[in-house]
Amino acid sequence: MSLADSLTNPADEPVGVPYSERGPASIETVASFGFWLFLLSDVVMFSALFAAYAVLQDHVAGGPDGLKLFNRGYVLAETMCLLVSSFTCGLMALAIERRATAAFYLWGIVTFVLGAAFIGLEISEFLRMIREGAAPERSAFLSAFFTLVGCHGLHVSLGLAWLATMMAQVGTLGFRPQIVRRLLCFTLFWHALDIVWIGVFTIVYLGARW
Amino acid sequence: MTDLTEQPTHEPQGRPPGVERGGHGSVLTYLTGLGFAIVLTLASFWAAGTHLVWQPAVPVLLAALAVGQMGVHVVFFFNIGSGPDSTNNFLALAFGVFVVGLVVFGSLLIMANLDANMMPSMDQLMKMQR
Amino acid sequence: MLGKLTWDAIPFNQPIPMAASLMVVVVILAVLGYTFAKGWWPYLWREWITSVDHKRLGIMYAVLALVMLLRGFTDAIMMRSQQAVAAGGHQGYLPPEHYDQIFSAHGTIMIFFVAMPFVIGLMNFVLPLQLGVRDVAFPVLNSISFWLTCSGALLVNMSLMIGSFARTGWLVYPPLSELAFSPDVGVDYYLWSLQISGVGTLMTGINFVTTILKLRAPGMGYMRMPVFCWTALASNLLIVAAFPVLTATLAMLILDRYLGFHFFTNDGGGSAMMFINLIWIWGHPEVYILVLPAFGVYSEVIATFARKPLFGYRSMVAATLGICLLSFMVWLHHFFTMGAGADVNAFFGVMTMVIAVPTGVKVFNWLFTLYGGRVHFASPVLWSLGFICTFVIGGMTGVLLAIPPADFVLHNSLFLVAHFHNVIIGGVLFGAFAGYMYWFPKAFGFQLNERLGKASFWCWLIGFYLAFFPLYALGLMGATRRMQHYDNVQWQPLMLVAMLGALVILTGILLIILQLLVSIRQRAKLVDRTGDPWQGRTLEWSTASPPPAWNFALLPQVQGTDAYWTMKQAGRATARPATPPAYEPLEVPRNTPVGVILAFFSVIAGFALIWHIWWLAIIGLIGLAVTALSHAWSVDREMVIPADEVAAFERARVSGGGS
Repeated sequence: MSLADSLTNPADEPVGVPYSERGPASIETVASFGFWLFLLSDVVMFSALFAAYAVLQDHVAGGPDGLKLFNRGYVLAETMCLLVSSFTCGLMALAIERRATAAFYLWGIVTFVLGAAFIGLEISEFLRMIREGAAPERSAFLSAFFTLVGCHGLHVSLGLAWLATMMAQVGTLGFRPQIVRRLLCFTLFWHALDIVWIGVFTIVYLGARW
Repeated sequence: MTDLTEQPTHEPQGRPPGVERGGHGSVLTYLTGLGFAIVLTLASFWAAGTHLVWQPAVPVLLAALAVGQMGVHVVFFFNIGSGPDSTNNFLALAFGVFVVGLVVFGSLLIMANLDANMMPSMDQLMKMQR
Repeated sequence: MLGKLTWDAIPFNQPIPMAASLMVVVVILAVLGYTFAKGWWPYLWREWITSVDHKRLGIMYAVLALVMLLRGFTDAIMMRSQQAVAAGGHQGYLPPEHYDQIFSAHGTIMIFFVAMPFVIGLMNFVLPLQLGVRDVAFPVLNSISFWLTCSGALLVNMSLMIGSFARTGWLVYPPLSELAFSPDVGVDYYLWSLQISGVGTLMTGINFVTTILKLRAPGMGYMRMPVFCWTALASNLLIVAAFPVLTATLAMLILDRYLGFHFFTNDGGGSAMMFINLIWIWGHPEVYILVLPAFGVYSEVIATFARKPLFGYRSMVAATLGICLLSFMVWLHHFFTMGAGADVNAFFGVMTMVIAVPTGVKVFNWLFTLYGGRVHFASPVLWSLGFICTFVIGGMTGVLLAIPPADFVLHNSLFLVAHFHNVIIGGVLFGAFAGYMYWFPKAFGFQLNERLGKASFWCWLIGFYLAFFPLYALGLMGATRRMQHYDNVQWQPLMLVAMLGALVILTGILLIILQLLVSIRQRAKLVDRTGDPWQGRTLEWSTASPPPAWNFALLPQVQGTDAYWTMKQAGRATARPATPPAYEPLEVPRNTPVGVILAFFSVIAGFALIWHIWWLAIIGLIGLAVTALSHAWSVDREMVIPADEVAAFERARVSGGGS
């Protein structure tokens, strides 16, 4: 049997063929796995910032510490905004599955508004702290705090820009496969940001009690 | 992007994890996830301020609640299944968790160890004098 | 208006950088002028600069690496010559402020812009071919990665002409790298250059892991992949896991320098030690990122030229994955002397010794592969044999350094310098050259001149030992690294031997260049008609040399390891099919300029941030955003290669290629 013959007679019984031997995966699988890896790399980057924060937590250089600065109610509000936006993002994903344009826009906009509310709350918290003299240049603790929380906020902001772009893309290009892949990647990103936030509010805000 | 599959596509290979197989049942999944997450979140905030729990155990409790919340997200929102198409995702996640653990806990341990061996500060020196 | 940038930035009053800059500018203009005059630019733009083909990108990565090798090696020659003369009272010819930039640039360029591009280039070219597929998972991302790496290289080299480079060593330790002690732009050049190219590298890691895990020919289960693919997988997993730590750590230093934060400063509660901890969490996996693909090259080369399957496939895979995991558990051995307790030091010392075990398993497997084989001593094999001797010695000095009390004596001495050059040159660079000479015929369709290849190898081997073994002795005698001059004239004879070694290595480099030029001239004589000049075992040798854009007209059906060898043995490789196969039209991704345009704006933004030209930085960032958005709206991303074109190519190959 020639090479060419073996090339044109693939195993046509998928049952019994191990998953790893079935040939190249579909583009959806490839795209979502690649994005999954990117998310993991992003989580590792956050972990380096977490490590820096954990080490520098007590290095307040005579300045204010977390117990003094953080407002639990505010953080709870931010957390709820982001958590509910994660939920509405899930509903948006279901709408994408159904190719339901109106529902997609509805839940997309709700997600955007909740995310923007989160950012708004966070920025006003930062401004308040700076006004009180707790600027990032004040101490290593504050540098680490602003960088960790600020980096998360930057990711959320970029996510909002991405969401806006995707809504524009659906409006102009419709639900083509390329666009749907990107939308699903966005939902993965948005859920991952909420997961990182769980780490942030637990370690930074709730952790400041001791 | 190139579709590299040449032969008739073997469909079971084709689905990435998380692509819905059903339709409406998944609203329930998201609602359940949201419910669990809210409960665990509120529990965290409560645990951080309460005096009902033995104080030294609170960090552990917070950590457990945080892990629980992350788990809820991964299971209910990411929808990573347990089929063979998700094995790579799980392995990658495990590797990521391994690295994160090393970075955070390794750094904490090492920096604490280094700090312990630093020359005492002025205050500490004064205390040692007395 | 122009931030910190003034005419003083150009080193008019320093003859050496000035002369070097002028030379570089002249060479660049000459190359541009020549290619322009010959009318090559439309072709270069269409076929290379905007290419998303992994084969073309792999070649361009290798070109970048070889060009930057010349720059990095020039730094090395300067250091060697300075140290050869600056004994006793003599100050040599390089003032300390300049010498410090040279050793910093040497390390930075060699690691980030020679070694990384070289191994990434080899993996880029080879992986899809060995996996039996048409391209990597994300071809456009591949192009972007390459061009971002070029941006980083460009920025580092610009520091020669405009401003200065860091004077801190290649890992910019604080507090020296903080604004208080390095107020000029040198450290900023380093930081922005690496942040930009780091993004490219991370994307490469994601790209290759996805390719290896999700895109393989039918039948190629994990345990049927070539070992090169396994080592590439491990290396890229390390990239995905380690590079984010580098990004975060350098970002923290950037915040310290630009916004007055206190991560690593002496005041405000900062901790310089934490920088060293974090940077080495990246730094140790980095060296495994470099060496694992080289190990993969050796596995391929040794098996092919010993005409035997690789010994111990399963243990090779296990050892590779073991090294991947363990490489994350040893990083403290880079700072034993920073003051951790004996228990912590001991743990990491033991882990460092443990990681030598899977490496040893690999060495024995290579030896057992050679044993009983009929070895054909082509130049790739010479590099591999040279590697085995050299790397093992370097590894042993590493185990010696892994003992904390020994490291207390030898940390930052020339012994350390000799050790890491031993393993990087003996391991990574020899592997890169072996891979280059092994896969060159596949990439270009003609072989390299063997005699010059062998001559180059011997120069590199002898030159390496001459250049670095004296450093072992000097380190034991108390010589520290990065010395602009030294008092003990008894060290000078050894420094002179080292200088001689550097000149022998220079000869080796020149021979490699000569080999390339001569081979191009003789290419008609050296042509590779069959696509399989070495009687290879893996699938890349089943394609034409060079392979067509689509690699495989029909994806191969893999039935075991050494897939191509098995096909040849069964007589299936070249037998004519009973009926001509039905070729289908093939979709391949279109070329796109998005990579080079993003890189262009990155250079603008990077340069502007370095010199505090804020308006220009904003323009750069806007340029990046606009480019990304317009790419998001491009929908016509693929082109179809008609079935007749594919059929014609395959027919021509079968009739003209012979057996």
